[in-house]
Amino acid sequence: MVRGGTVIEFNNVSKTYKKEFTAVKNINLKIDKGEFIFIVGKSGAGKSTLIKLLLREISPSEGTINYNGLDINKIRKRSVAEYRRKIGFVFQDYRLLPKMTVYENVAFAMEMICCSAKSIRREVPLVLSMVGLSDKAKYYPDELSGGEQQRVAIARAVINKPETIIADEPTGNLDPETSKEIMKILTEINKRGTTVIMATHDREIVTRYQKRVIELKHGVIIRDIKAGGYTDEPKEN
Amino acid sequence: MNPKKIKYIFKQALKSMWRNRMMGLASVGSVTAVLIILGFVLIVVLNVNNVALVTKETFDEIAVYLDDDISEDQIKEMGDSFKEIDGVLGVAFQTKDYALDKLKEDWGKDSFLLEGLRVNPLPNTYIVQLKDVSMSEQVISKIETFEGVEDVQYYKDAVNSLIKIADFVKRLGAGLIIMLLLISIFIISNTIKITVLNRHKEIELMQYIGATNGYVRGPFMIEGILLGLIGSLVAILIISLGYNYIINYLAGRYVALLSGISGYMVGVEMILNDLIIIFLTIGIGIGILGSLVSLKKFLSV
Repeated sequence: MVRGGTVIEFNNVSKTYKKEFTAVKNINLKIDKGEFIFIVGKSGAGKSTLIKLLLREISPSEGTINYNGLDINKIRKRSVAEYRRKIGFVFQDYRLLPKMTVYENVAFAMEMICCSAKSIRREVPLVLSMVGLSDKAKYYPDELSGGEQQRVAIARAVINKPETIIADEPTGNLDPETSKEIMKILTEINKRGTTVIMATHDREIVTRYQKRVIELKHGVIIRDIKAGGYTDEPKEN
Repeated sequence: MNPKKIKYIFKQALKSMWRNRMMGLASVGSVTAVLIILGFVLIVVLNVNNVALVTKETFDEIAVYLDDDISEDQIKEMGDSFKEIDGVLGVAFQTKDYALDKLKEDWGKDSFLLEGLRVNPLPNTYIVQLKDVSMSEQVISKIETFEGVEDVQYYKDAVNSLIKIADFVKRLGAGLIIMLLLISIFIISNTIKITVLNRHKEIELMQYIGATNGYVRGPFMIEGILLGLIGSLVAILIISLGYNYIINYLAGRYVALLSGISGYMVGVEMILNDLIIIFLTIGIGIGILGSLVSLKKFLSV
């Protein structure tokens, strides 16, 4: 596994909505390059807030978030796009563009960053073969299964070679068998040196992979272990 | 901006216009409709203005009717005195016989009606031409003091009320145009908003991917501009053809008044250049404003 220095650092980060509801409180977190991290916790525990903070969709009420040593909330608005290119994002609901083919969906992400047509023609088939969808390039999203759609979404997230992949419940809509395929791809990406941060509910996956686990409860980190299962407590049932 | 980005933005704009062609049609339709109403108001204002101007020029003359029982010397003297009055440009004498001949000529084939006259009822007349219409009142009041002046005729009231009508129409038109402009910007921004809403997932995605604002905004801006452009082109076509048709129709229908009406109406070719500039500016302006208003809300992710 490739490991580097600290990529992401949360310093005493809190986010309060409308002065009443504190979504996350006093978050201190260091993530190294090349790590694979599960963020777990019940709905409303603060997982989504953490991700939104990291994507600079929202700003913290208190504290700072550094990416490669740079305070991301000091990035000027017009440079936010540039920052986001360092991060590939995978959504629970895939978010493929329905009127574009698999190929076009992946190429779209590259076009946005302004790559030559030649490099698009070269890179897209490579990434599609990595996620095992070479033969479905011309399909439209609604002709694919959920797992296949999520693989397209992952291909789209990695096409611009981001340093970090953030996946928000990527297996949330998939059955266990399909979830395994997605996890296989994500661990493969991680092995190539990309930091992967995955928010999940999936007890089984977290316990099986034994990666670093950060558990949130009521907006506070209650557990951060190098390698562990979904929860400390012995499995019920 | 590099050519590839421009090509991309145009391609996306056209693609999106084709995909949302019904909405696009609605936008073009609303721009066209608003501009046609605008064009209609403009043409009415221009024409009323023109009529007022033309009448002003035509009626800067005062007709001074003379008593029948004054001598030729007196008439000559009066003419010389009229010339001295401040505000008079020139004086022309018209004998009562000439006036009758002219009347016969004007009446054409109906002139036999005048044959029965035993005496010429028309007076000898001085046509006093004014330097400026505004000086009419002082000139008239002086002329009226002369002995032998039977009556002074002037179309002052007609000219004044025309000028008043022109002012009113201008003001009403300006108000209407401002209102219509605001309405059209609202309609376009709303239409673009629907287009943006249709694609908000795409925009959101683009922002997560890290597309620059140029890529996100560009296609919508171009789409708005193109919609405005098409709308204004259609409006220009309809207004110029329609106006031309109306002029020809009026000229054809009232042949007798041909010189009258077409003389008072502003020709199509006279307004076409201004119309094109005004419509294109407004159409494109509406498109840009509409896109900006709509995109402002959706670029916050």
